[in-house]
Amino acid sequence: MSEPTLSLRDLTVEIPTRHGILRPVDRVSYDIAAGEILGVVGESGAGKSMAGNAVIGLLNRPARIAGGEVWLNGTRIDELGREPMRRLRGKQIGMVFQDPLTSLNPLLTVGDQIAETILEHLPVSRSEARARAIAALDEVGIPAARDRVDSYPHAFSGGMRQRVVIALALCAEPSLVIADEPTTALDVSVQAQIIALLKRLCRERGTAVMLVTHDMGVIAEAADRVAVMYAGRLAEIGPVAGVLGAPRHPYTVGLMGSTPGASRGQRRLTQIPGAMPRLGALPQGCAFHPRCPRRGLNCDVDPAPRLDADGGRAACWYPVTETEKAEA
Amino acid sequence: MSDKGTGPHPAAQDGTLVRIRKLTRVFDVSKPWLNRVIERLPRARLTAVSDVSFDIPERGVYALVGESGSGKSTIGKMVVGLLDPSEGEVRVRDVDLASETDAAKVAAARSEIQMIFQDPYASLNPRWRVRDIIAEPVAARGGDTRGLAERLLEQVGLAAEDAVKYPHEFSGGQRQRICIARALAANPKLIVCDEPTSALDVSVQAQVLNLMSDLREEYGLTYLFISHDLTVVQHMADTIGVLYLGRLVEEAASDALFETPRHPYTQMLFAAAPRMDAYGREVEPPKGEIPDPINPPAGCAFHPRCPIAVARCKSERPEMRRVGGARVACHLAE
Repeated sequence: MSEPTLSLRDLTVEIPTRHGILRPVDRVSYDIAAGEILGVVGESGAGKSMAGNAVIGLLNRPARIAGGEVWLNGTRIDELGREPMRRLRGKQIGMVFQDPLTSLNPLLTVGDQIAETILEHLPVSRSEARARAIAALDEVGIPAARDRVDSYPHAFSGGMRQRVVIALALCAEPSLVIADEPTTALDVSVQAQIIALLKRLCRERGTAVMLVTHDMGVIAEAADRVAVMYAGRLAEIGPVAGVLGAPRHPYTVGLMGSTPGASRGQRRLTQIPGAMPRLGALPQGCAFHPRCPRRGLNCDVDPAPRLDADGGRAACWYPVTETEKAEA
Repeated sequence: MSDKGTGPHPAAQDGTLVRIRKLTRVFDVSKPWLNRVIERLPRARLTAVSDVSFDIPERGVYALVGESGSGKSTIGKMVVGLLDPSEGEVRVRDVDLASETDAAKVAAARSEIQMIFQDPYASLNPRWRVRDIIAEPVAARGGDTRGLAERLLEQVGLAAEDAVKYPHEFSGGQRQRICIARALAANPKLIVCDEPTSALDVSVQAQVLNLMSDLREEYGLTYLFISHDLTVVQHMADTIGVLYLGRLVEEAASDALFETPRHPYTQMLFAAAPRMDAYGREVEPPKGEIPDPINPPAGCAFHPRCPIAVARCKSERPEMRRVGGARVACHLAE
């Protein structure tokens, strides 16, 4: 139990371009334990999806892992070749993407797609695979699974399709699931159903989940711990109640203030001035300093202190402290 | 349905900018006639909006919330005139946009309405300079556009020099500011905002929402705000109308609605919405999904998912009635 399911150590992803090397993920370290949901939150371009893609070996060229290590259940996986990585995906790492229609094959029945995955990864017979596919559909809450197993994806609604994708991700009993914006395309009531389903299945099976999303509300509902990313770097990481209840990094504070509903009864939302810098033009020092209300003299020179997997919570020279929070 | 008991707030009778009565829109979603003949299919009709009535007071912010297929965007399009209503009327300053025969009157009323769309990447012509995009609503009516784009760009927090650029040179948030500048160009009274911030990141969304609030104060604007995001709606709106399957199920002042939601659907929606302070909470998610709008359930459309439904709900459709300060379409709400 003590060994985490997934460990990232100084993971760095680089994209070489004509104008120099971009680092969409810059020395990111975190662990996800079995049965734990880690929410990875950030705005577009923060590198949150790129980190997930690096773990499953789905980086599009020319992006590549340029440094650091990825450990899955005590095995280093970032140096695996294409073929061993392909066997790992689906078997040990399940994936749920944003758009359920594009992650299902429209020409195969959902039952065939799930059975195909099971046959690929588990030593079972064809009829056993089909029985398991029906059980998987039943478990994710598809009514009359025995009748629906021979339907094509187009016959399902958006929420039901995402359930099929979750069944597909979990059918080979992986130890890690990477869910990239799994509820962004769904309506509020369906979103709540999918979140509850993911939480229940992962708790029951002890699956570790990397939940990538831009929605702080979804993180609050689903995650045990949160990692906040900014410009490819980890800004803050910690238990969800701590990070959302008493954020320490000025960016997290700004993000919370920008979210309507968090600052109830307030007529104006707190703004973070400016916009996230482009990767090609990252400022010196801490990437957030030009927008930061708490910046000190050294922030534009010294890179922000790095977060180790078990180090501090906020990557900031001047984090918000407990006493300040109490005064505010 | 008479105005008695079912009409909107009496206080809003004077100073009402937009009056919407029994608005209905039916789409023909039949297959082509040859398929219908061969496969012996009947015509299929989808009622996107059905019997919706509400008022938007001048300088107010009226929000329509609902899930996909609730008809909120269809109502928005009918208000600006992009779609014609099948039945019912949209009155802007007592001009019925669909049936009024005096073209000058309609043109005058239309000129006071502008729209902001969801996707700032699709709603700006990539081949036009920002100056021409912003000035278009005025130029189309032969107005004077000298310096207009530059002035408006500064109003929405961009630089006057940006007028010569093309849309691709801007980020999503900046593009939405250009859309707002274009909407302001014609000096409108009413702006219909259809999911204006759902394509934006939270920190950019905060900037755009703040800008919209400031402009409302400055120009005395009225907003019809369409969104699926309850937190955004709560932040922006004075009055909120909740839609389900093309019908208004509840309407109340924003604070009152969030304090005491009365319709079971509103209650379900609020319980399901992710909340920032929700960590550690374990709630039973709502059951079921939105039914097929081509064959909606009889009676109250919500009854198959409603936790308190009784036999009457399956046969008799509830009319809008006044409960407390709100209007609710439910037999049992109190």
